[in-house]
Amino acid sequence: MNLAQFERVSEVEWRVAPFGKMRVPAVIYADEALIREMDDKVFEQLTNVATLPGIVQAAYAMPDAHWGYGFPIGGVAAFDADAGGVVSAGGVGFDISCGVRTLHTGLTAAAIAPLKQRLADRLFTHVPAGVGSTGQVRLNAAEMDAMLRGGARWAVEHDYGSAADLDRIEEHGCMAGAEPGQVSEQAKRRQRDEIGTLGSGNHYLELQEIVEIYDGKAADRFRLRQGEVVVSIHCGSRGLGHQIGTEFLRQMVIAAPGHGIDLPDRELACAPIQSSLGQAYLGAMRAAVNCALANRQVITHLAREVFADVLPGTHLALIYDVSHNTCKLETHTVDGQSRRLYVHRKGATRAFGPGHPALPNDLRDIGQPVLIGGSMGTASYILVGTEAGMARAFASACHGAGRSMSRHQATRQWHGRALVDELAGQGILIRSPSLRGVAEEAPGAYKDVSAVVEAADRAGLARKVAKLKPLVCIKG
Amino acid sequence: MSGMHWEHFPHQADMGIRGIGPTLAAAFEQAALAMTAVVTDPARVVPDQAVEIRCEAPDDELLLVDWLNALILEMAARHLLFSRFEIHIEGHRLQATAWGEAVDPDKHRPAVEVKGATYTALKVGRNESGQWLAQCVVDV
Repeated sequence: MNLAQFERVSEVEWRVAPFGKMRVPAVIYADEALIREMDDKVFEQLTNVATLPGIVQAAYAMPDAHWGYGFPIGGVAAFDADAGGVVSAGGVGFDISCGVRTLHTGLTAAAIAPLKQRLADRLFTHVPAGVGSTGQVRLNAAEMDAMLRGGARWAVEHDYGSAADLDRIEEHGCMAGAEPGQVSEQAKRRQRDEIGTLGSGNHYLELQEIVEIYDGKAADRFRLRQGEVVVSIHCGSRGLGHQIGTEFLRQMVIAAPGHGIDLPDRELACAPIQSSLGQAYLGAMRAAVNCALANRQVITHLAREVFADVLPGTHLALIYDVSHNTCKLETHTVDGQSRRLYVHRKGATRAFGPGHPALPNDLRDIGQPVLIGGSMGTASYILVGTEAGMARAFASACHGAGRSMSRHQATRQWHGRALVDELAGQGILIRSPSLRGVAEEAPGAYKDVSAVVEAADRAGLARKVAKLKPLVCIKG
Repeated sequence: MSGMHWEHFPHQADMGIRGIGPTLAAAFEQAALAMTAVVTDPARVVPDQAVEIRCEAPDDELLLVDWLNALILEMAARHLLFSRFEIHIEGHRLQATAWGEAVDPDKHRPAVEVKGATYTALKVGRNESGQWLAQCVVDV
């Protein structure tokens, strides 16, 4: 990207003053190397977001930003319903509430080493992954609606986990305001047998070793100890979320002129929050958030079953669960005033600082765990929300490494089998139904996650706590 | 028919699909094949199960997205892959039969699931040589 387009506010903050139809500035958080490598589309998409009605303060992009649909992936924008603000199906994305959760095992990597192969094989057969895989749960119409209303709480009521888990999930495991009646029959049809499945693409279940601690105090509070192993799960709302995204994107594109909205890009499709379409989407999207939370909760249960069998007595306690693709009504201070805003995070993580009332009691004084998933062979990170971060990008941080190369290029550059062997040589066991899928997800096709996390830390979006290295990766 | 083919084009996070043919319907058929090829080799998919699809949209570009999304819904809900298509388009109304078979992970080695067809790089029209072209990016 051409750096001359920006005003450099600091070493890691780049600003574009409003031009053309932009209502607010655009701000990118990244170091010079990351922003240079960013696709020009990020600039175009972010400045387009800044033109949307009712946008507040600025359109933001995280250090892992890349070319998305309408919004860049790694984009954050907040809207005021009373100022004509909009909700955008493109601003949330197709995989609604795709996210990451991480669990303690309390076991050291050394203790797990002799059982690594067995754990990898058992997790791969027990957790459905990949195209066409189905879960054990079949939902009838009434159960489907109960799941869409209850989220992870519904799962816990059905013996998938415990009440203690709910405390460590955003929205305490259940997004309020979900309206299953706004979810089409087609979307429900896609979900009938998909609860408790990982999906494919960049979704995974990993065993990871904590290899470095940066912030001892926060690590203690999150109970992260160097040398111990955690389980991380990355997946979303499956077919239901994809179908809701598809259907509302279409409706919003067609309705935009009637709402007096001039879309610079069809993927930016949106509707006024205070319109029947906007409200219908919010009701359906919140149901999809609950679907994702229920899905990760059921997968957690499956992982616990495997551990109970292979390593009896192991307790997998949830550290936290974050969602990446959401629109949430939150209170933020803008120009000294407290305002209720609809915050869109497309490929970005909520990062509430210490004292935030939404945090569980036992973490409120330290801040929210911010879980950053890396690519298959590289590292993942755990960060913590900060006081300073609350005033930047509406308390948001990056969400992962972000792709730097297309799937097409990746399959030309890497061969799945060779990659699996190479990673095995580094002590990382890959299990996947598709070798081409593995090649498409090659670690080299992603940005350097460490550089992304470093930039997020330096920009004050969130603070580094620990680094995790993969031991086993179950790929969808 | 001559000159009928499909291809993929790169997108940073996802995959672009393009169908080319002598008619609008042929280009739509080829685009659908290109979408199957995102998941698996279409030659490995036996066309022995038929599904009827109908859709209608305000214009040809939205019709392409609707057509692909209708296929994605059937692929996901019935766990099918498609390899043969017969399409009739009148105005902006499409009527089609898609043939395929159930996904078999051992046989098809599916690389990735298609989540949705998008409006990114969406184009339907004639190219310089007068052939019909239908393309967009699919989210995977």
